[in-house]
Amino acid sequence: MKKTYKIEVDCANCANKMEDAAKKTPGVKDATVNFMTLKMNVEFEDGHEPRTVMEQVYKSCKKVEDDCEIFF
Amino acid sequence: MPVKPLKKVTNPVNKKQKKMLVRIFAAAALLIALHFVPLDGMWKFVLYLVPYLVIGYDILIKAGKGIKNRQVFDENFLMAIATIGAFVIAVTDSGDYVEAIAVMLFYQIGEFFQSYAVGKSRKNISELMDIRPDYANIEENGALVRVDPDEVEVGTVIVVQPGEKVPIDGVIVEGSGSLNTSALTGESLPRDAKTGDEIISGCINMTGVLKIKTTKEFGESTVSKILDLVENASSRKSKSEDFISKFAKIYTPAVCIGAFALAILPPLIRMLAMGSSPQWSDWIYRALTFLVISCPCALVISIPLSFFAGIGGASREGVLVKGSNYLETLSKTNYVVFDKTGTLTQGVFEVNGIHHNKLEDEKLIEYAALVESASSHPISRSLQRAYGREPDRSRVTDVQEISGNGVMANVDGIPVAAGNAKLMERLGIEYIPCHHVGTIIHMAIDGQYAGHILISDVIKPTAKEAIGALKSAGVTKTVMLTGDIGSVAQAVGRELGVDEVHSELLPEDKVEIVEKLIKTKPAGGTLAFVGDGINDAPVLSRADIGIAMGAMGSDAAIEAADVVLMDDDPMKISKAIKISKKCLRIVYQNIVFAIGIKLICLALGALGIAGMWLAIFADVGVMIIAVLNAIRALFVKKL
Repeated sequence: MKKTYKIEVDCANCANKMEDAAKKTPGVKDATVNFMTLKMNVEFEDGHEPRTVMEQVYKSCKKVEDDCEIFF
Repeated sequence: MPVKPLKKVTNPVNKKQKKMLVRIFAAAALLIALHFVPLDGMWKFVLYLVPYLVIGYDILIKAGKGIKNRQVFDENFLMAIATIGAFVIAVTDSGDYVEAIAVMLFYQIGEFFQSYAVGKSRKNISELMDIRPDYANIEENGALVRVDPDEVEVGTVIVVQPGEKVPIDGVIVEGSGSLNTSALTGESLPRDAKTGDEIISGCINMTGVLKIKTTKEFGESTVSKILDLVENASSRKSKSEDFISKFAKIYTPAVCIGAFALAILPPLIRMLAMGSSPQWSDWIYRALTFLVISCPCALVISIPLSFFAGIGGASREGVLVKGSNYLETLSKTNYVVFDKTGTLTQGVFEVNGIHHNKLEDEKLIEYAALVESASSHPISRSLQRAYGREPDRSRVTDVQEISGNGVMANVDGIPVAAGNAKLMERLGIEYIPCHHVGTIIHMAIDGQYAGHILISDVIKPTAKEAIGALKSAGVTKTVMLTGDIGSVAQAVGRELGVDEVHSELLPEDKVEIVEKLIKTKPAGGTLAFVGDGINDAPVLSRADIGIAMGAMGSDAAIEAADVVLMDDDPMKISKAIKISKKCLRIVYQNIVFAIGIKLICLALGALGIAGMWLAIFADVGVMIIAVLNAIRALFVKKL
């Protein structure tokens, strides 16, 4: 399943870091962060509840870039 | 699940930006003021600490958080180390406090500019693509009510007033007007629409009130599909973008390790091997200069921004590119393969000539139209179109259709025959064969040969010019594929100047030929296939890049293609290639420029020629220039 979330982040490099962090989160099959449209596309692995996965994604992103926001 | 596109991308940092601007001015003013105050020792340190903290406190806080989260290569952390290091050197050695503050100040100015420029272009580009209708009008008890277009059911009659966008695809049931389709096609000439016409969402109604019966849901309407496509386009990343994010990952750690080595190794070598003084502060200063240049920001921001601007500019011209990767592939196109019908030709058959006729042209067409009036064959329809009036069927009697030959009937009591050569032979009438390419209708009136009518597919007016434009856009070979018979195909190919023609093909043959061409094309180049989206989905997806033409309203084409041309003008193909080339040129310029300047700065910094001042100036300067250059990708009108 794929979902798109709005994000807020200030710098392009930070967006790349968020993408990396999101990709490494368990339950995430693939993720792309689009800095220009400020959106995060997340593809979830089967059998994972997007909301709980996203909470983890949010935590991992906060770790690499404190000044970010994901609206989910 | 279809993604609901965002209502509007707002600039999220506006409040932050204002605050940052205040801080920048405050720190700069303090710095200038302190310059005129004679200070020494402890007081000097404390007073200079004030502007430093004003401008840099958030960086320090973020750096602290970075340490907590073990993000050593975080740019805030590195910036903090560089400036604190400069402060320490100032206290212990040089007494030059200004440098640390200035570096922080310019770093923040750079960040400010970046967020401003990106926010601004984000807004501009989103506005360019803002074809999203916000509401639909529904008539309720004689009054117009505005509703969310999402809630309008198929078959509802909506009202579009002058100046409003058509929110949902449908058919006009009442009214007429002219439509501005420029947001969809880039075409500035208005298009007329009247009752019974199909109408697609995203057009702006300029005159007259239209009542439209919707044929699709909002989510399935053209405008939603286009928005979805464009908004997700820059999520498909190009090779250049991947390269940059990989580069950024290596670059920062590499520079940091370099800085560390620079701080430790030369002094140790001087001390141990050469026996001279280690000059610790000098080498540490050079190492700190490295850290100032360690942020790959200019690169990381300018590349996606270039693609975003390129895609935005292209969509303004009616060229929808589904991803940055496709823009990149498109720029390398050197073979273009066309499916003839619908791309180079109109795909509608028209009367193209009347030869050897004894009667006036109009009269002959009138007879032909009347004889064929009972038939719904495409040939018959093109005759009706040429006649231009509703044929009076009461004048036609004894219609006799001979399958594969033609039609015979009495018109006003006179026997008229219209058909191919076989029909003439069957009737024993001597006829004059036509040397033109197309479908020939011989006419016999009252047993006498009366000339023939040539019906053929019409070449688009810009097709020849389009082939020429492709050559000037760097395409080395143009190939035309068609299911038509050889003679027709060759004639069209010659007229247009196409390099290679393959005719009498079945759909699966087309895939085969495209595969063969892909194998033989020069290395590094790509093959683009242009089709009208009807029956050619397999070829569209097999080609390196599939371009669908005249996609207004055709869902299949939007799905299958990588690049969608909103109208059916073949000139748009070369335009799309030129846009992609410009965008990629900018991307490469930025990559070379940004990496080049950084490397030069690193070298100069290591040699002790460039100090922190120059480093931060170069860093911020490169970013500003790269961002401005990236925005240039948006301007594609004159290509």
